Amino acid sequence: MDTPLIEFKDVTKRFGNRTVLERVNLQIYEGQITTIIGLSGAGKSLILKHIIGLIQPDEGAIFFRGKPIAEMKRTEIATSFAQMSYMFQGNALFDSLTVYDNIALPLRETTNLKKAEIDRRVMARIEQTELTEAAHRYPSELSGGMQKRAALARALITDPQIVLFDEPTSGQDPVRKNAILSMIAQYQRKFNFTAILVSHEIPDVYFISNRILALYDCRIVFQGTPEELENFDHPFTDEVISSMESLQKELTGLYSKRQFKIFNHVQMKRSTAGEFYCIVFFSLQELNTIITKFGHDAAQDVLRDMGLYIDKHFGAIGGFSTRRDTNELITMLPYANLSEAESIIQDFVQDFHEQVTRTIQAVACKSVLGEPTELTIMAGVAQGQSTSNIDSVIALAKSQQKEIGRLHCAAGE
Amino acid sequence: MAFIANSQSGSKNETKGGPGTLVLRPFAFVGRTVIDWVDNLGAATIFLFTALTKTFGRKQLFKIVEQIYYIGARSITIIMLVSLFTGMVLGLQSYHALVKFGAQGALGSLVSLSLIMELGPVLTAIMITARAGSAITAEIGIQRISEQIDALHTMRINPLRYLVSPKIIAAIISFPLLTAVFDLVGIIGGYISGVVLLGVNAGVYLHSIQTYVDLRDIINGFIKVIVFAVIVSTVCCYQGYFAHMRKDSHGAQAVGLATTSAVVLSCVLILVSDYVVTSLLI
Repeated sequence: MDTPLIEFKDVTKRFGNRTVLERVNLQIYEGQITTIIGLSGAGKSLILKHIIGLIQPDEGAIFFRGKPIAEMKRTEIATSFAQMSYMFQGNALFDSLTVYDNIALPLRETTNLKKAEIDRRVMARIEQTELTEAAHRYPSELSGGMQKRAALARALITDPQIVLFDEPTSGQDPVRKNAILSMIAQYQRKFNFTAILVSHEIPDVYFISNRILALYDCRIVFQGTPEELENFDHPFTDEVISSMESLQKELTGLYSKRQFKIFNHVQMKRSTAGEFYCIVFFSLQELNTIITKFGHDAAQDVLRDMGLYIDKHFGAIGGFSTRRDTNELITMLPYANLSEAESIIQDFVQDFHEQVTRTIQAVACKSVLGEPTELTIMAGVAQGQSTSNIDSVIALAKSQQKEIGRLHCAAGE
Repeated sequence: MAFIANSQSGSKNETKGGPGTLVLRPFAFVGRTVIDWVDNLGAATIFLFTALTKTFGRKQLFKIVEQIYYIGARSITIIMLVSLFTGMVLGLQSYHALVKFGAQGALGSLVSLSLIMELGPVLTAIMITARAGSAITAEIGIQRISEQIDALHTMRINPLRYLVSPKIIAAIISFPLLTAVFDLVGIIGGYISGVVLLGVNAGVYLHSIQTYVDLRDIINGFIKVIVFAVIVSTVCCYQGYFAHMRKDSHGAQAVGLATTSAVVLSCVLILVSDYVVTSLLI
């Protein structure tokens, strides 16, 4: 593997007699989204503060592009830290400055750019983060979500190569949480920076993260992909991940992929050999258009409403669902054969047209001002047996998808 | 400077048990307090000089002017009000004292010299401490506990350059200007009570000022107030900047206590340094 962008070797940090980080070893790679997960107060934010140089380790070394920071010259350290930007958990916006001035501050103070150029860059970020109306308001006059977006805009204004996000979704409702994560993923793809997140949003962060670092008992106990974390057998999984996933289920009606896998495993063990089950695959085809035209919040509203409705409908008959990708949901119907499943889907589609389409349409189209747009909802079903591989059944269900609903959004609707 | 001395000293050096403990305790306390005072004095001096080295950066002028407006211009009303009544009461009291010796002709010089050499610098510094100094501590303290100062670090903006240096320079400029206003309005106050209300001859009042007030007296007054400006601005900024390090309190309470400490300590130091500077200048 390449040289890590940032590496901790045996980093220990103590406050008085309390050890917060003990012989922490971790690697963060360039161009990726790396998320640090762990319980509150475990020291996740402290890792970020070590990375950006706000705190120095008591023992161990931090390497930047393979070079120990402690051995760097002051100019080298300044150059390294100049590539970084930090979004604080509490936003740390200057409450005596307007949103515009907060975002412009790093450019005004650290560059020689002309006023017109600063204005152009700031306004571009303000538009990208949907803060146009709030540009000349003070942080205290904004909602929590808007403050987060203002902090995000300020963190990105200098086009940093590395952005550190300290609990970017804290204090947000589930929809906004996903909207912010989605926004981070979108900007990371767009600007190609290395993102390091501290987050509790399990499993949502899995969808946007390339790597997960698990901090438990003052140490990093896991480093790997979200898929690898699903097979990680450690007390961390029971104590941290399960509790966070349960909360997520209550809020969105959807299980995590890991929980889905466990439920599936339990069902398969219970069922007799050759017993059927069905997988229903749902996808929202133009979700990116919704994001572009109406914002991340609208897209997350649609996804949440879909999730809740699917859970309500299929949960009542023993089904369980999970989110597979940003715009894909799957539902498992245990003990159902294909004809039963198709009949259930028919009922679902009918109900969906009568009740849900209107709700989702209202959510998705609430801020339509420009040209009309459409959101297509697809569904496919496939049958499997207790002995068959679930992934191939999911793939089959995906290939069987057909349109079950189309939402048309236009101004005035 | 004991502003965070008590809070930071903690109890880690306290000895436990042993027959000599009780006897040693008062000495240990005095020693610890002195060490903390010296520690804080050293830290505040380094803080001041580091901030002063950041004065001549880019875009500092605008920030200094902004702070002069905040510390100076916005304090004018209260300074004028206080100085008017100080001058009036000084005129009134001095008249009744002087009349016993038949020396009411010296009223102008007594009022003006008292104001220029002593009351002007001291009362101006105390009034600005109460009005702007407390606000400076609270502002910087809140910025500290809400991580705004950490945010400046992460944005590669030096907080001393951005927040502290303009305030200290603005104080050094504003204090003498406000003292001049205080002196002038105070003398007018003395004129109102002495001449207008008590009937001292206007020409005598003004001639007495012209005769006895020396340029050196005015310069000495300004030297004093510049010393006060440095003390007040440093104490107030330092208290706010390190509000998060107080061990006797946290968060908003720490900011509140830092503000109280800043005001009390500034006032005490103004009076102490007034004596020291006066004895050096006389």
